[in-house]
Amino acid sequence: MKEIQLLETIEKYLEGKMTESEIAWFDDLRSKTPEIDQLVVEHKLFDSKLHQYANQLQFKNELQAIHNRLVEEGEIQDMDASSTKAKVIRLWNKYKRVTAIAASIASITALVIYSLVSFFAPVAKMNDLQQLSKKIDQVQRNQQMQGAKIREFDSKIPSGYTITAGGTAFLIDGKGYLITNAHVIKGSGAVVIDNKGNEYKAKIIRIDQDKDIALLKIDDSDYKKYNSLPYSISKSNLDLGTEIFTLGYPKDEIVYNMGYLSARNGYNGDTSNFQISLNANPGNSGGPVFNNRGEIVGIISTRQAQAEGVVFAVKAKKIFELLSDLKADDPTYANIKMPTYTTIKNDNRVTQLKKVEDYIYLVKSYNSN
Amino acid sequence: MGYFYLLLVLKLEALKPELGEQALLEKLANRDTNAIEAIYKENFKMARNFILSNNGDHDDAKDIFQEAMIVLYEKSRSENFTLTCQIKTFLYSVCRRLWLKKLQQSGQLTTLVEGMEETTGVEEDLELRQKENHDFAIMEKAMESLGEPCKSLLEAYYFEKKGMDEIAEQFGYTNADNAKNQKYKCMVRLKKIFFAQYNTGM
Repeated sequence: MKEIQLLETIEKYLEGKMTESEIAWFDDLRSKTPEIDQLVVEHKLFDSKLHQYANQLQFKNELQAIHNRLVEEGEIQDMDASSTKAKVIRLWNKYKRVTAIAASIASITALVIYSLVSFFAPVAKMNDLQQLSKKIDQVQRNQQMQGAKIREFDSKIPSGYTITAGGTAFLIDGKGYLITNAHVIKGSGAVVIDNKGNEYKAKIIRIDQDKDIALLKIDDSDYKKYNSLPYSISKSNLDLGTEIFTLGYPKDEIVYNMGYLSARNGYNGDTSNFQISLNANPGNSGGPVFNNRGEIVGIISTRQAQAEGVVFAVKAKKIFELLSDLKADDPTYANIKMPTYTTIKNDNRVTQLKKVEDYIYLVKSYNSN
Repeated sequence: MGYFYLLLVLKLEALKPELGEQALLEKLANRDTNAIEAIYKENFKMARNFILSNNGDHDDAKDIFQEAMIVLYEKSRSENFTLTCQIKTFLYSVCRRLWLKKLQQSGQLTTLVEGMEETTGVEEDLELRQKENHDFAIMEKAMESLGEPCKSLLEAYYFEKKGMDEIAEQFGYTNADNAKNQKYKCMVRLKKIFFAQYNTGM
């Protein structure tokens, strides 16, 4: 208690809020009591460091905001656009013949490998891996349990349709574009529900079974667009031991989990996936895998049935591939723009979660009876 | 030939006295958003080109440039600050030094592709900045280990400059005095954690 009063006095002194007589009294006290003198010096240093910290933090945030604004306005570029077009053409002319030969060898090899892979691969996958989408019965059970709740009554699932699978999805564009797993979307349509329980109708834009990624678009007048997302999507590969975390809907409430990258590749060396060690449950499928900086690096998809804590995630790189395929097929989607900056890089985990949870949705896909 | 012409133009540009720059820096010192944005817009491309042509990616460019902006900001705030060169030259020199250092640290010892911009000595500024960065990291860590509600409470008081009445209401204290008491307790704890690190770090 006494310490607090002393501190209060020191602060008043340092901030220059004392009257002249008070200053004289306090200066006298300082010269007589070395302990207090020491405390004043110490506090002054601390105070300046604290203010410096606050100032820099605010300046850093401001810089980040300005950067994002300039990118959005198109004043500065946000991609590693290749500025070396001329070089590429030169190289092409030089290596045209070699490329032609290499391409024909490659296509033969590809055919051979494809036939081998399609012969061996699917058998193993079905037995050993467990997809983390919620199966029909489970979702139905959940539904019965909360049948009394109001939001089930005005569900946007059309009558005459039943839920076929459920999982997690996350926004990659504030306009309402969501990514989830292909195996979550078993049916003709889907609804997504945000962490506050609001339900939105969603259109299935594209399903890529090989990559196990599906792209949805919220198609609902109730949905309010976001101008920007707090996280970015990262193309780069991760190092072993990288800490990661995820948010998903193994139940009807958003659930957090954390772990680390345990292998660079997925099941049986599948290079489109990586292996992580964390607890995932049915319903986590389609959930984002974040690194500490708040960048999405993958999508949770399957877990190894016999082993605990062995979970596989699709590399985020595959989202870029899916989008470029889509844009090549249908130019109307050229306006999908993924966030390239994470604004939560310097936040602690609790703050990061608070900032991202609004952009992660529960998905239910449905089909006609 | 076009190249030499470009060089000449750049040289002339560099020599042209910039009347507005001192005023711009004064605004920067007061953290004026328009001034920061103007400097950012004017110079980011230069930093980006330099780093992209020297083995870096876009994120590197952003990190390095923003660090250079902080150096400029701190410099503009220092008491006896005078502008001895153009803002562009200063930022370029800082980016160049920082990036060279980063390349060396990561073991990549590729030779730098020289830009056409002039450089100026920035060693002193960078040394100062290194010390600041060090202190910043200690304070950041101390803040993190403080936990809630202390962290938010101190942030509300010192960063957002909220009054005690407002803080009491926001955090649910019955009156401003109780909030103030709590604030002091939090500050004493923060101070302890900070100095434990700061003193050993010296």
